[in-house]
Amino acid sequence: MYKTNRVTKKKKNNNNNNNRIDKKFYELKRKNEKALICYVVAGFPDIMSSEHIITSLINGGADIIEIGIPFSDPIADGSTIQYAIQKSLISGTTPDMCLELASRIRKTFTNVPLIIMTYSNILYRKGYIQFAKKAKECGIDGFIIPDIPMEESKEYLNAMQNIGMSTIFLVSPNTAEKRLKMISRICTGFLYAISVYGTTGERQGFDEYTIESIKRVKKVTAAAANGLPLAVGFGISNPKHVRYMINAGADAVIIGSAIIKKIQEIENKETLLNTLNRFIYELKNSCK
Amino acid sequence: MKKYNFPFNGKFGNFGGKFIPETLVPAIEELEESYKKFTKDSNFKKELKEYLENYAGRPTPLYFAKNLTEYVGGAKIYLKREDLLHGGAHKTNNTLGQCLLAKKMGKKRIIAETGAGQHGVGTALASAVLGLECEIYMGLKDTERQKLNVFRMKLLGSKVHPVKSGTQTLKDAINEALRDWITNVENTYYVIGSVVGPHPYPMIVRDFQSIIGKEIKKQIRKINGTLPNAIVACVGGGSNAIGSFYPFISDQEVSLYGIEAEGSGIKTGKHSATLAAGSSGILHGMQTYLLQDKMGQISATHSISAGLDYPGVGPEHSYLKEIKRVNYKSCTDDDAIKAFVILSEKEGIIPALESAHAISYGMKLAKKMKKSEDIVITLSGRGDKDVEVVQNYLNGIRD
Ligand SMILES: Cc1ncc(COP(=O)(O)O)c(C=O)c1O
Repeated sequence: MYKTNRVTKKKKNNNNNNNRIDKKFYELKRKNEKALICYVVAGFPDIMSSEHIITSLINGGADIIEIGIPFSDPIADGSTIQYAIQKSLISGTTPDMCLELASRIRKTFTNVPLIIMTYSNILYRKGYIQFAKKAKECGIDGFIIPDIPMEESKEYLNAMQNIGMSTIFLVSPNTAEKRLKMISRICTGFLYAISVYGTTGERQGFDEYTIESIKRVKKVTAAAANGLPLAVGFGISNPKHVRYMINAGADAVIIGSAIIKKIQEIENKETLLNTLNRFIYELKNSCK
Repeated sequence: MKKYNFPFNGKFGNFGGKFIPETLVPAIEELEESYKKFTKDSNFKKELKEYLENYAGRPTPLYFAKNLTEYVGGAKIYLKREDLLHGGAHKTNNTLGQCLLAKKMGKKRIIAETGAGQHGVGTALASAVLGLECEIYMGLKDTERQKLNVFRMKLLGSKVHPVKSGTQTLKDAINEALRDWITNVENTYYVIGSVVGPHPYPMIVRDFQSIIGKEIKKQIRKINGTLPNAIVACVGGGSNAIGSFYPFISDQEVSLYGIEAEGSGIKTGKHSATLAAGSSGILHGMQTYLLQDKMGQISATHSISAGLDYPGVGPEHSYLKEIKRVNYKSCTDDDAIKAFVILSEKEGIIPALESAHAISYGMKLAKKMKKSEDIVITLSGRGDKDVEVVQNYLNGIRD
């Protein structure tokens, strides 16, 4: 089942040098900073606004951008992101429009890593290879697909890694040691550790098990070839959370629902863009 | 045909698999191991048999529908009376099996999704009798059109959560149940209601439902010493159909017909005929036929019957379509209502709207067959839950 591993490793080494994600982590490490990764649902509230929102996130200090392509049945997402996805779909957002959005961002920001986050059927429908190629042309650096676990990843990995696209896998607090190691072998770019049992969404605080889980994963990523960076996401919404995850061992934190919430709540666009810019600035400060 | 032995490595040909978030992987692995262990365990088998027979009323009769046969004027029509099973539908075969398994696994909390509410009722009663806590997710639209079943679930001690996201039907109820499972994975068992979802669910549900087909085989042999010429069953996710077909898959002389809901007609786009009009995709943890657009977004579906109103189908059915072992046909809302009325008038049996789809096609098929031939139609459930919807429909009120 895991025959892909060997092929994968070789590819991984070939592509490491010119990938924006790897470069970014290398650069931050030298500055002794952690990465701030920001997620947006493309097309929420509309595709033009997404461009402005992403711009303000990057100007505020976001190191990496995750562009969410809306899918009708987002089973890993909580109510905030579900709402944004539904609105985006109603407004007519298509996967191609999201890739074109990425390509416009790429023209302005040549070095910021851009990652697609979506569900498997969006890729499967177009064909993994075709989707990967188109994404590459639009300046995408990697993919996060929460419903493709290791067992179902062969076709996906072949399509992605053949063209040097990073494949970011998720691990959970209940992922066993042996499995963590196997996943870290097929994972490129960074490993995405889910902080909690649950779907995406803001949380008041975190339990002890989150810390333990991050420490456990960190041992594995630190030992992986080339030191795979570890990003922690789900529920992180303020500078205190950011410090909490970094102290536990995170090399990066991912902010999603907290951003979406602000987009949902603040109607005036200028106010929104300023608020986001300041919000991200504060969070990034906690990464230094 | 070579020996039929699926799933193989969790797949039915190219279909099936486990496209699930990482958090669910350990739970799915635990489920597969426990299922293997307990279905070999003679105590488990004995206990389940006891519940199925003395609590739920198995075996259900195979009834020769003489009046309907005369009315149609073709093959002899037999009805497999799953409507007489405790709870009012075949769903109880699966819920007793899975809830007993959950109990053996030490899980205290049960969750389930439901469309028509029959699987919800089945899960609620099995949880009640086995002393388990139970919460049910049901699309808001379905809670309105299947009110009676919502009340039954509550009476049986379950909590019912109306699901307001997406299309507010079965698809969204499954999404919400999966989200609950991701959140409470450590103490919760998810009882899926049809042969859908990630491996091993399509296999587990099929195995528990296969008792339908095993009994048909025994009963028809006892009546006339041979196998039936055809078996007809409705297909939502496909559990009563695969349960009826599975023991006959290697019997090539038996024709198998799965009937999907054609709603207002395939051309109108308002239907749930996944195998007839869909294409391969990934949803709810499985690769299978889906109703979806060019971009991969799952389509809104329509059927007068909440239990068939689903844009996917069990992966084994996708495979059986591909190898052409089963014929998949469809039946419109109008035709289902006609069959609903005919069976009520001719045989004094009010069928579930889901089952009425099978009755409708079964009558058409019987008419074309010889009088000496036999056809078995699986009457998957009883229709008490549907009388209000049918009354409205006959009075010209449609949703
Ligand atoms: C009576 C009855 N028949 C059939 C179905 C459809 O399910 P399946 O295709 O899994 O048998 C349902 C689902 O709710 C039902 O209640």
